[in-house]
Amino acid sequence: MQAKLIRCTINGVYTEKYVDVRASLTDMLRDEYELTSVKKGCEVGECGACNVIIDGECYNSCIYLAAWADGKHIKTLEGLMGPNGELSDIQQAFIDAAAIQCGFCTPGFIMSAAEILESGKRYTRDELRKLMSGHICRCTGYENILNAVEKTMNRRLEKKNESDK
Amino acid sequence: MNVGQSCNRVDAFEKATGRAKYEADLVDRSALVAKICHSTIAHGKVKSFDLSEAEKIDGVVKIITCFDVPKNYFPTSGHPYSLDPNHQDIADRLLLEEHVRYYGDDIAVVIARDELTAKKAVRAIKVEYEEYPFVLDPLEAIKEGAPQVQENFPGNILAHTSTSGGDYEEAIKEPGLLCVDKWYETPIVQHAHIENHGCYAYMEKDRIVVVSSTQIPHIVQRIVGQALNCPWGKIRIIKPYVGGGFGGKQDALYEPLCAYLTTQVGGRKVHIEMTREETFWSNRVRHAFKYHLVTWFRKDGTFVARKMEAYSRQGGYASHGHTIAVKGAGAFNQIYKSDAFKTEAYTVYTNTTAAGAMRGYGMPQFTFATECHTDDIAAVLHMDPVEIRRKNMMEVGFKDNFSGNVNYFPSHEQCMKKAMDYIHWDEKRKLYANQTGPVRRGIGMAIFWYNTGGYPFVLELSSCRMILNQDGTIQVQVAETEIGQGADTAFSQMAADAVGLPMESVHVVTVQDTDITPFGFGAYASRQTYMAGKAIWKTGRMFREKLLDYASFLLKQPAETMDIIDGIVVNSDSHEELMTMQELAVTAFYNPDRAEQITAESTNQCKSNAYSFGCCFAEVEVDIPLCKVKILDMVNVHDCGRLINPALARAQVHGGMSMAIGFGLSEQLIYDPKTGRPVNGNLLDYKISTTMDHPHLEAQFVENPEPTHPFGTKALGEPPTCPGAAALRNAIYNATGVAFDEAPVNAHTMFKKFSETGLFEEVEHNV
Repeated sequence: MQAKLIRCTINGVYTEKYVDVRASLTDMLRDEYELTSVKKGCEVGECGACNVIIDGECYNSCIYLAAWADGKHIKTLEGLMGPNGELSDIQQAFIDAAAIQCGFCTPGFIMSAAEILESGKRYTRDELRKLMSGHICRCTGYENILNAVEKTMNRRLEKKNESDK
Repeated sequence: MNVGQSCNRVDAFEKATGRAKYEADLVDRSALVAKICHSTIAHGKVKSFDLSEAEKIDGVVKIITCFDVPKNYFPTSGHPYSLDPNHQDIADRLLLEEHVRYYGDDIAVVIARDELTAKKAVRAIKVEYEEYPFVLDPLEAIKEGAPQVQENFPGNILAHTSTSGGDYEEAIKEPGLLCVDKWYETPIVQHAHIENHGCYAYMEKDRIVVVSSTQIPHIVQRIVGQALNCPWGKIRIIKPYVGGGFGGKQDALYEPLCAYLTTQVGGRKVHIEMTREETFWSNRVRHAFKYHLVTWFRKDGTFVARKMEAYSRQGGYASHGHTIAVKGAGAFNQIYKSDAFKTEAYTVYTNTTAAGAMRGYGMPQFTFATECHTDDIAAVLHMDPVEIRRKNMMEVGFKDNFSGNVNYFPSHEQCMKKAMDYIHWDEKRKLYANQTGPVRRGIGMAIFWYNTGGYPFVLELSSCRMILNQDGTIQVQVAETEIGQGADTAFSQMAADAVGLPMESVHVVTVQDTDITPFGFGAYASRQTYMAGKAIWKTGRMFREKLLDYASFLLKQPAETMDIIDGIVVNSDSHEELMTMQELAVTAFYNPDRAEQITAESTNQCKSNAYSFGCCFAEVEVDIPLCKVKILDMVNVHDCGRLINPALARAQVHGGMSMAIGFGLSEQLIYDPKTGRPVNGNLLDYKISTTMDHPHLEAQFVENPEPTHPFGTKALGEPPTCPGAAALRNAIYNATGVAFDEAPVNAHTMFKKFSETGLFEEVEHNV
């Protein structure tokens, strides 16, 4: 086994560890850092359950080599929570909109949603559908997931409008 | 009152934060990893293995082949055990198989220190087979001289049942009858729960503990015991959070093998985790069906005589077997009435992946066939599809003497009415009547009914335990499992009302552990809210009586004069607050005169069932030259009795509609006719709908209270999956005038049918 030192910032904390060069970022986050919100649904980039944010962009971590994470800032679902256990608005919206059922695809969906919301742009429902289409959910029919994302987007934009006034 | 409220899910916080632990999140790194060596032929015999290369690989702990495992044949289906040997599930499985019955069958297993090593070793195993001819299609499999899939089932017929009523031959002699005689076909589809099945096993002294992603912990406990030929109590099954099941995990999957493997490595922890590809190839699938339906009817649209032949594709092993075909056959003479009917149902072994339970349990297949057929009859008469159903559908007051089910309310009529209003049925049927362009719109519908639970086909019971905590809150345990549906939330709401507590005071234990959890059967047959609801009510009322008895001792008042409302003991007439639950609890635990932990526990055997009804209406746009369907609108309306949690009920319906869209338009597991190999067993090539493939999904309800249930509720888990595919097909029929008799209706089938019917030329001519 060939190992490489991977130095990166995970959920705001600088960290370094020797990791098997063949390992995916999913494996590294789950096995080395116990960040088990990163789910394995297919391991080939089809389902989106493993999505994490790398330097502000959302990726399928299962087809992203751990070795490439060197020097990067990585955010997983665990990193969305505030220091005192405060839920982020998008997490709360998923709960309130009944957008969670079995919960296995949820972390990936929330990370994609977080990326979309970070953009600060307004999207139509159809645009949101396109942006979220890299995920598969077998429980919800996506209806309430889209509701949660749309609602959070609108709330953030309203807030921004108010503060701009 | 908590029942009827759209409160948030009790497990939502854990899931929204990523803290909910699923099977693979719990296994520690000490676990050895087992990888299965799957057959690369569809049918044959393993003659020998050459393990020399595999064994040389550093880190391989042990390789076990089909020649090593005990010859204890066991069933896998997640049905309750039956004391009647004739009613038991077919035991046709071994832990590993020498006789390969489908491409991907389990023939050997490598245990290694890590996943990569195990995978490498599996690849290094050389297998010598004696190849047999294979058969993929049930109609081929029942022909004389077809390959034999299971030695004990000559002709490959797992089971054949017939039913009839009235005199069919006499009835069809009526002068002036019309007839529609057609075949309909549904594909093999897969559950594709986003969490693949996984389990790990280890030993505690001489007992085997299996942590598994399963819907049915107590049933799996029994099956592992059978497979290993050991006392069932030596097996302990633990079910953590489960990432979806849909029936795929209502089967013993790899728990028996995993339990066996730990015994072969001195009780060390062994982990088996499916890949997505293995889930498609080697877990369970939905039975594909071929139906032959014949209906004789009068010019006024009333049905006179009906006949159904059903051929169910079982795959290589029995799993849930004939029960799926029987479910549709039993529904045939109930959904529509006629003077006479006949059914013949065959379940046929084939060299394909074993078919098991999948959401709807035969009814999505059956409903596709009968509801397409009903529209085909309406078309002959130029009759409105709703009208023909009104003339023939199950009447109010109808009673099924076998299940005891009664149609108490005009549910179908009420559901259809709501859906018609929502989708503007009458207006759009007129609007879409005479289209000629390349892009056309259509509107279609379908109705269905579904049972609630397994009674009387199988035994039904549920047990519940309630335990008072020191602060007046309670713990509730049932064997019915949360696998995503929202079961724990519904249980919490019902438990709160049964005792008289606020929701916050009720904690439903989500983990089932057969060492601790009271006995029951788990998630299937849309049974849980109904069955566990009865056990929760029974136990809750006992528990409440005990609390009031203790309050009576403390307050020196007769228990009958008091009530518990929202966690407070009150005077039942004046509602004057007498004592909080918190005071009662702490006193009960620490009272020097009478100290006790107040608990209640009971089993409720259920000897009733309930009809759940509903319909789906869909509007589509078909681009004929592109062979493309866009769903414009879709609505399901259900009468599942009283809603325990309306928001979660709607969410459940959305998911079922989504699965129905896949079943109707895109999903099918395809087997290479030359090799028997599944060619699209992955989430890229197997087409599950994404956010892009759905319209807004509208879920509505009619709430007729179910008289057989304390909370007035009945099945909702599976019903939403039943009518959608047929409604979409009928909408496409309405748009194009082309009747598809085969699901899914995708670009391939549309191209074929539009070519055959000359629709392409017609469109071109019109342009």
